[in-house]
Amino acid sequence: MGFTAAVITFPGSNCDRDMAVAIEEITGGTVHRVWHGDSDLPQGLDFIGLPGGFSYGDYLRSGAMAARSRIMQAVIEQAARGVAVLGVCNGFQVLTEAGLLPGALLRNDGQKFVCRDISLTVGTSQSLFTNGFFKDQKITIPVAHHDGNFYADAATLDRLEGEDRVAFRYAEPVNGSQRNIAGVLNDAGNVLGMMPHPERMIEAAHGGSDGRVVFESVLRAVGVAA
Amino acid sequence: MARLAQLALPFAALGGIGPTNFGERVRTMKVRVHVSLKNGVLDPQGRAIHHALEGMGFAGINDVRAGRLIELDLADDVTDAAIDEMCAKLLANQVIENYRIEKVS
Repeated sequence: MGFTAAVITFPGSNCDRDMAVAIEEITGGTVHRVWHGDSDLPQGLDFIGLPGGFSYGDYLRSGAMAARSRIMQAVIEQAARGVAVLGVCNGFQVLTEAGLLPGALLRNDGQKFVCRDISLTVGTSQSLFTNGFFKDQKITIPVAHHDGNFYADAATLDRLEGEDRVAFRYAEPVNGSQRNIAGVLNDAGNVLGMMPHPERMIEAAHGGSDGRVVFESVLRAVGVAA
Repeated sequence: MARLAQLALPFAALGGIGPTNFGERVRTMKVRVHVSLKNGVLDPQGRAIHHALEGMGFAGINDVRAGRLIELDLADDVTDAAIDEMCAKLLANQVIENYRIEKVS
């Protein structure tokens, strides 16, 4: 069986189609679109994508309501079984709110919504999602967020760095994130949350294709022929 | 099926109006949950308010921290433990926020 993925749509998600298209194009696999109110995910998933957007209108805190939606129980179970889970932007916020990733995403320190191409540094090439990059590689991927200011206490930040769990850092000031963190991995390495949008940088028409490598890395790591 | 259940939720929430409860006075309590950012967590919103107040000519402002007030109207048999659980599991994100529960009546 080929690569099988699910992309979750919450009310207010707006990058779900982009993520589904990116996965389909890059992996040649099957992408199931799953509604937040569903209880179950399809069987045999290799990958789950939590897309960007403004789930539940960012009520209470960004990602807070989505993290408690019905489908997230199934996502948490699949993550515990080792399925690759990628949360982009609002998806990252949902993953921290759901407790699948440490830290929290605060309002940008400049108070403004930031929407532009950003230079990033790859923090590690030793992960499901970044094995196609080399460490310290400079890449360009766009961001579009208001609450991307990554916060965790110093002990957690030290642990993330010590365990090689910082996947990406901003190579320029963007939002006030602690230690310029743009993306972090969970302790098992199968859950990645990142504020930049790899699905928006997958072909020349986007101005670059550095984002492709994230999906190619997963495909390679999962070892499923496209 | 899941979507049907969600549609049904608002009606379930109105259960108190059903015939079995008609005429009964349901005792309630009001609880305020004060959510604030932990010390050390940067508060850009508070900082912007601070600057705005100074720009309006107010003097002597040392710091401004913005928080959130959530008012709950609860049946009076909801336990303190349940209220605390609501705060810990949803109303506050304890990575960045503290909460304080105030019973109003």
